[in-house]
Amino acid sequence: MSHVNTTKFTLISIVVAALVLAFAHAMGIDYLFFAGYTILQFIVMATAWNILGGYCGYVNFGSAAFFALGAYSSVALIKFDAEIDELFPEGLAGILHHIFPLPVPVLIVIGAIVSGIVGFGMGYLTLRLRGAFFAIATLAMAVVLQTLIVNWDFVGGSRGAYIIRPENFELGALQVSYIEYLFVLMLSLAVVALVTARTIERSQLGFGFATIRDDELAAEACGVPTLRLKLIATTLSGAFMGMAGAPFPYYIGYLQPQSAFGLEYAVNSIAMPMIGGTTSWVGPLVGAIVLGSAQQYATVTISSAVNLLIVGLMLVGFVIIAPKGLLGLVQDRLRARRSS
Amino acid sequence: MDISFDLLINAIVAGLLLGGFYAAVTAGVSISFGMLDIVNIAHPAFIILGSYIAYFVNINFGIDPIIVSILMLPVFFALGGVVYQVYYLSFERRGQESLRGLAFFFGLLFVTEVTLILVFGVDYRYVEAAYIGPSLHLGVIDLPLRMLVPCISALVLFGVLELFITRTFTGRAIMAVSQDQLALQLMAADPIRIKRIAFGVSIATASIAGALLIIIQPVEPSVGREYIGRVFAICVLGGLGSMPGALIAAVLLGVVESLTATFYGPSWAPAVAFGFLLLTLAFRPSGLLGR
Repeated sequence: MSHVNTTKFTLISIVVAALVLAFAHAMGIDYLFFAGYTILQFIVMATAWNILGGYCGYVNFGSAAFFALGAYSSVALIKFDAEIDELFPEGLAGILHHIFPLPVPVLIVIGAIVSGIVGFGMGYLTLRLRGAFFAIATLAMAVVLQTLIVNWDFVGGSRGAYIIRPENFELGALQVSYIEYLFVLMLSLAVVALVTARTIERSQLGFGFATIRDDELAAEACGVPTLRLKLIATTLSGAFMGMAGAPFPYYIGYLQPQSAFGLEYAVNSIAMPMIGGTTSWVGPLVGAIVLGSAQQYATVTISSAVNLLIVGLMLVGFVIIAPKGLLGLVQDRLRARRSS
Repeated sequence: MDISFDLLINAIVAGLLLGGFYAAVTAGVSISFGMLDIVNIAHPAFIILGSYIAYFVNINFGIDPIIVSILMLPVFFALGGVVYQVYYLSFERRGQESLRGLAFFFGLLFVTEVTLILVFGVDYRYVEAAYIGPSLHLGVIDLPLRMLVPCISALVLFGVLELFITRTFTGRAIMAVSQDQLALQLMAADPIRIKRIAFGVSIATASIAGALLIIIQPVEPSVGREYIGRVFAICVLGGLGSMPGALIAAVLLGVVESLTATFYGPSWAPAVAFGFLLLTLAFRPSGLLGR
């Protein structure tokens, strides 16, 4: 697929996404949307992680924090809507009621902006340091943000917040169940994330990222603006994670800091690109589909604790045995066949 | 805010005791991260493993947790050796330690935590010992023995480690490998063997730190996560590879955290360590006593 240009690739992705949606709609099972949403969310998360981790070689352990920021900016706006009458005088409240509640796509954009800004700040503070420090700093940031959210009563604090998911989504004459609406949104996000990742890969930006990954010092010596490139990467990566998190409160119905900041988001968004392969947009996609489906299957058939163990073991196993991921294995196989 | 003098003194004393304990927790990372350049973020998971072993033996056989942890030292040392060997063969030798090595330790952390959850569940566990409960009273100052004993043990551990590193042949070799691996090789010493020993020692300290942790507070598998930030904050704040620096930083962090918990509430305490870490990384990356 390397010869396909970006416009064609975008069209192909949209067609594939439409086929997925048509299939899911035809089946008409709500569970399919619930399970599919989780996998799509992981595709976005894994792709976002890979922009910084795979392309630039900077490990982010704080994926969950960016995700949770997206989710909590939605919670804050939903709570704000509920308390407009108490907070503002009548006239102003009337105007605000026309704007609120904000539609989910707007929440997604806001989540992206919030997480993107935090990603930028994070990068600005730490990226002048060596790689390992960045990784530790992301972990630290996740705990600081979690403490802030736990102590912020407006969004429920440590007790968590209940968000009521509407029964249906209506647009003119079209009426679908709300979970299908969320599924469609996440599907579009996945398309956007993949197209962005692929475009970066074959642009000057992507080559700049690759020089940072291979030898940052040499890149800087050759005049590559490494700090600026890294800031672009942290901002983009954070923004996509925020987008993935923004619709989450509506999906889960009850959001608690411990679950939103859960280590499983961090470990999954690292494990998926690692298992799929980090050098190309295909890797996170494959990894998310394989690992995401396996987890859905394990959660239903065994238990959710065991499914996390599977993720951990697969991550450790893959980084030791197959450093280039599934993608690398396939490429090596193809190359061997061609040369023999 | 009305700050009573007694409360302030007690908060500072509690912080000093806590800081001593943090020093024990950090000792291992000081060696692995500070000297060997191995970013072992799974270290807290090994500490929790130590806690659970101390808990298991204590509950079933009634042996003192600190004695259990000393008996377990060789096991943890061997475990560290094995982990280093895998790390060396799979990552360090291929020069891939940054990205994949980090992911490896992260996976290890996760696997240990989930395994402990599967075996012991998510309930808080605690140990029983004669010194848990009573306190010494010196005027207005309260010294709970459950804090004092870990603090003293931690300081002993720290002192022994410092002596080991500065006075013994192996310890000096560890310092040498942290400074110049090639030069050590030219002296006909095997840097990989030295590093394996050093990493073994670093994991062995987790056994003792784990026992001390479960004396101080009840433990559940995900408690370790809070310590990731703390240990790295202390390590970086103290200056990489500097044991005295780590001790000062540990005590400093203990006091600040204890003051925060006393005057603003315990739910703010975790943010202190990480806030410290972020600020240090941003403004003084070489730490207090850094080179």
